[in-house]
Amino acid sequence: MAKIAKPAELLKNTGFDSVPQTHWMDTPVDFRPGTWLFPGKAESLIAVDLPNPRKWSPEDADWKLPPNWKEIILDGMRERLQRYRSFRVFMDSCVRCGACADKCHFYLGSGDPRNMPVLRAELLRSVYLYYFTPTGKTLGRFAGARELTEDVIKEWFYYFHQCTECRRCSVFCPYGIDTAEITMIGRELLNLIGCNIDWIVTPVANCYMKGNHLGIQPHGLVDSMDFLVENIQDITGIKIEPTFNRKGAEILYVPPSGDIFADPGTFALMGQLMLFHETGIDYTLSTYASEGGNFGSFTSMEMAKRLNAKIYAEAKRLGVKWIIGGECGHMWRVIHQFMDTMNGPGDFLETPVNPLTGTRFEHAKATGMIHVTEFTADLIHEGKIKLDPSRNDNVKVTFHDSCNPSRAMGLLEEPRYILNKVCNHFYEMPEETIRENTFCCGGGSGLGADENMEMRMRGGLPRANAVRYVHEKFGVNMLSCVCAIDRATLPPLMHYWVPKVAVCGVHELVGNALIMKGEMKRKQNLRFEDLPGVEEDGNE
Amino acid sequence: MQMLIALAIVAGIAAIGYIGGMMPALQFLFAIVLPLLAIAIFLVGFVWKVWSWAKTPVPFCIATTVGQQKSLPWIKQDKIGNPSDTASVVRRMAGEILLFRSLFRNVKAEIGPNGWLGYSVEKWLWLFAVLFHWSFLFVVIRHLRFFFVPSPAIVRGLEKIDGFLLFDLQPLFLSGILLLVGIAALYLRRIVIPQVRYISHGIDFVPLFLIAGIALSGILLRYVWPTDVVAVKSMTMGWVTLNPVLPTNISPLFFVHLTLVSVLLAWFPFSKLMHMGGVFLSPTRNQRANSREYRHVNPWNYPVHTHTYEEYEDEFRDRMKGAGLPVDKE
Repeated sequence: MAKIAKPAELLKNTGFDSVPQTHWMDTPVDFRPGTWLFPGKAESLIAVDLPNPRKWSPEDADWKLPPNWKEIILDGMRERLQRYRSFRVFMDSCVRCGACADKCHFYLGSGDPRNMPVLRAELLRSVYLYYFTPTGKTLGRFAGARELTEDVIKEWFYYFHQCTECRRCSVFCPYGIDTAEITMIGRELLNLIGCNIDWIVTPVANCYMKGNHLGIQPHGLVDSMDFLVENIQDITGIKIEPTFNRKGAEILYVPPSGDIFADPGTFALMGQLMLFHETGIDYTLSTYASEGGNFGSFTSMEMAKRLNAKIYAEAKRLGVKWIIGGECGHMWRVIHQFMDTMNGPGDFLETPVNPLTGTRFEHAKATGMIHVTEFTADLIHEGKIKLDPSRNDNVKVTFHDSCNPSRAMGLLEEPRYILNKVCNHFYEMPEETIRENTFCCGGGSGLGADENMEMRMRGGLPRANAVRYVHEKFGVNMLSCVCAIDRATLPPLMHYWVPKVAVCGVHELVGNALIMKGEMKRKQNLRFEDLPGVEEDGNE
Repeated sequence: MQMLIALAIVAGIAAIGYIGGMMPALQFLFAIVLPLLAIAIFLVGFVWKVWSWAKTPVPFCIATTVGQQKSLPWIKQDKIGNPSDTASVVRRMAGEILLFRSLFRNVKAEIGPNGWLGYSVEKWLWLFAVLFHWSFLFVVIRHLRFFFVPSPAIVRGLEKIDGFLLFDLQPLFLSGILLLVGIAALYLRRIVIPQVRYISHGIDFVPLFLIAGIALSGILLRYVWPTDVVAVKSMTMGWVTLNPVLPTNISPLFFVHLTLVSVLLAWFPFSKLMHMGGVFLSPTRNQRANSREYRHVNPWNYPVHTHTYEEYEDEFRDRMKGAGLPVDKE
């Protein structure tokens, strides 16, 4: 891992208040360690039939592209121009007003002008203009057009992997131009000639063959689950019995696999399992569809579909009536906006109905899948569970809206309602940085690797900046979220920029506050830390 | 440099128009052929471009949601920011098209004294954009009087509102002045704000100079060096009736105005000015955000290879059984 400068030094050279002397088209990409990601391993590409598997490095002069790479890219662009209205309209409509420029977390953290959303799109638009429009063909650079060269491919590789597809810029664009679309298409094109990153391709291959990004095999999932079940028993005295692959269950529960394996996601998963146990719902997990997340969506829409297909296939095989999805960000982009279109119709499922409250989730009647916070908010609102928020009194909580649930779904109030019921100290970050204005963690869309840590810390700066504000103002020490990638990327971000702020899933706090029938007197929270007030009780 | 090329291009066009207006032999070309050709290119080009967008599928629901979704009945949905029905989409689109609502959200990020970030309200771009586009629309509508006999009621009504101020005992049309102010402000921010200057191509200055030239020549024609309006109207009515009338007694300055307008119209479908059509067709704005409630259909959805459960179980069957997991085949 490349060594990163100290926070104070990094802060000094974010530099988005000035621009470089050289025109961006004349500035070659500097593959500086800490800013780019390792290329995809050949065996992972082979596992999912991606083209041009080879050993290569972005630092090499020769990227070993296929001999007809230019033709492949231009054909790929032509094909996508015929398939995506978004691509056409976004290529043709931008007026370069610059409203998007300072909305990108990577631009705010790096000051690199090609991280302005407008220029990220220009990377592609310049080629579009040159090869697909009369204006670009005749006027060339004056019109912003340029030829496609290997240097352009290198630039695409670098900058389309410095965009987390967070869609913040699309909120502010007067024409709704969405850089996530641009980056997704840019990455699809790069994948056609084998220019992808290992932190995406290897999880994709894992998920395809083994059912989850981490490549955990079925018995490994059972082992991990047993471990969590033991922890829950130690904390509550209650032995819960989650099942895998159980036919005839009413509900299939699909979490992001990261929550089964890594802290602090495991704590969030424990909270959900405790809640499911307490409510007595008839649910099962699947080892085959053990991943709600979808790194395929960071590769191509086709790969997104290939991975996502498992959820409906497994729901069908097990004969469940509906599905609950866990706390995961981009997973919900795919579930909410793509799944039914790609792999539906989901009409073999029923409209989800909460068996305890009778609430029909009409807004999910086509897909048959609801977000776990929708389920929990409904339970709390209808008074079906007992909560003791004082068990979370040791934390002062704020909430980080994950990009996709906020801007590709609108899941804003559900988690907030829950948080306000399960803890006594909840504080919002400034409004420019939450809800639809939320800032990315800096490592979304498959960029959460170690080798690009400097760029992650830069991209995460605006988020950290807002956390720092509430940390200093209100003493906030817990950053809650509903995203597995956040739970992996925010802890190092906090460690770097705002030490003493920990990260948790919303359902970790639910699990702490949840009063379960027959539980022993709780002494510890889900992290095995003493509950507030426990020590005094012990002295009595 | 690129900006100077743009200026030279527009100045050149203006000069050509002036020369055309000076030479009676060229009047047929500049007063009839060029404007009619420009109108034809504009109409055909605009329709062709919009058609090329409209016929391209929208494979997925990609609405950008900027407010609370429709979920539980007791949680208030933001119907405009996260529309789940067509009426709400229409309201959202009206906000975008008429009021530039997304642009109104603009905030500016700043680096504070200690290096940390801060945000401040920044409405200038929105204000200039609204000023420019609305006054341009008013000016265009006012010009409809050249194409109808008698002048439509809406035009006369607008003239009353627009021209409530008097200048030298004739109405001073505010829209023309505000158009010039708007375009000047948009130009200034493009060269003054370093980032906006950096992202600008030479071609971005062309419409600014063209429209500034049109507005300026129009204002001069109205208040300073008036031309024979009756002659102009006989010419424009000649276009409409496709019964060309060669103008007499029209000043060369008018031909500058007319030539700039012609070039703007003819170039429009091939330029970024097509954002006028694009704003209506942007899928992140004009879609319902109800993709879990109603299935969105992708017309080119094609079958893909998947790794089936059977293949998965075949690979892991023994381990699954060892871990106590149910299997389909023993």
